[in-house]
Amino acid sequence: MAMTGILRPGHIQLRVLDMDESVNHYCNNIGLIETDRDEQGRVYLKCWDEQDKFSVVLEPSDRSGMDHVAYKVATEQDLWHYESKIKKFGIDTKRVPAGELKGCGERVRFVVPAGHIFELYAEKEQVGNGLSTTNPAPWPRGLKGMEPIRFDHCLLYGNNFEENFKFFTEALDFQLTEQIVDGEVQLAAFLTCSTKAHDVAFIRSEKSAQLHHASFLLGSWEGVLKAGDIISMEDIPLETGPTRHGLTRGQTIYFFDPSGNRNEVFAEDSYVYPDSPVLTWTADNIGQAIFYHSRTLVDSFMGVTS
Amino acid sequence: MPFQITILDTNEVYSCKETQHLLSGMMQLGKKGIPVGCRSGGCGVCKVKIHQGAYATKKMSRDHVSQDEENSGTVLACRVFPQTNISLSVIGHLHKAVMR
Ligand code: FES
Ligand SMILES: [Fe+2]
Repeated sequence: MAMTGILRPGHIQLRVLDMDESVNHYCNNIGLIETDRDEQGRVYLKCWDEQDKFSVVLEPSDRSGMDHVAYKVATEQDLWHYESKIKKFGIDTKRVPAGELKGCGERVRFVVPAGHIFELYAEKEQVGNGLSTTNPAPWPRGLKGMEPIRFDHCLLYGNNFEENFKFFTEALDFQLTEQIVDGEVQLAAFLTCSTKAHDVAFIRSEKSAQLHHASFLLGSWEGVLKAGDIISMEDIPLETGPTRHGLTRGQTIYFFDPSGNRNEVFAEDSYVYPDSPVLTWTADNIGQAIFYHSRTLVDSFMGVTS
Repeated sequence: MPFQITILDTNEVYSCKETQHLLSGMMQLGKKGIPVGCRSGGCGVCKVKIHQGAYATKKMSRDHVSQDEENSGTVLACRVFPQTNISLSVIGHLHKAVMR
């Protein structure tokens, strides 16, 4: 097995102001599938091609934003290995008992220097992707909305940028894939724990613990265009796109959920191997780095978080 | 019938239907820099203070507007739907944009 340690973003728990509106947005418009609910009123969702029981948890709240994001590790040893590395780095950890989220094993919870709550876990109930594991069909019938394949990454705004970068690369073994720099100062860091263009990205900010967006993978550019159609049909607040990013070269569109949490759906971004060079974008070219065609920054995209 | 919304800071007036939130009416003023954020009560860029008029609200994130503020008319424009003519002043990010 080539991929070890931290495997992928396993789920994101988002705070929402109105559960019915939010379930409609995530299930009927984006097209996630509801898999469970719990006594706290949380709703569990997954994308069709994920094997695990859920990748998004909607939590009823009077605030918007991200409660936490959790990454799946390969084995239980990995969980204890990273727990001790995190402690050694000087960050406290807490164990959240198995079953606190239905179908999820014990989680190791900690606050990263940028202020966000992150978790690691090794076990989650697998419910499959709706296809047989023998002679499987390429996709299941009856998908809805934008037909997202998986929860792919989140982009976060936070402070203590250098310390946070050190934590992710040294304690959690993430690899830097792309960055925006202003001279010596790193403004953005795209980080992977796999071979993806990013499994998480951080933008330097004075504010701590902000969610910029939660992102879902689509199959094609045509899917991104169709997402734009759905956004207009359903009167969803559109921010930007469809367009292409310079960073990661993904084809993308941004919009907001009914609580003001930003969503992205995208297709066809780049990939890395452990020996890939880091790609650097310079601050004087930041427009093109972010929106490759217009080369123009969008005020809300730079300034608005939840 | 649309209602008349007066921005006290500049004495500009725009019209807004009761099915339309106050920010969407303001966006149609076409002013450059009106902070069109999430339009869903989550990001806090569209804070206004309502001085006069009746309105309905949808839930807004408590990170940006406390219950006390909401009770006293400090609200997020994208979560407020007019029921009468309204006069308001703009706060924070929105203030800068409206004044330019
Ligand atoms: S635009 Fe985000 S709260 Fe109104
Ligand atoms: Fe993204």
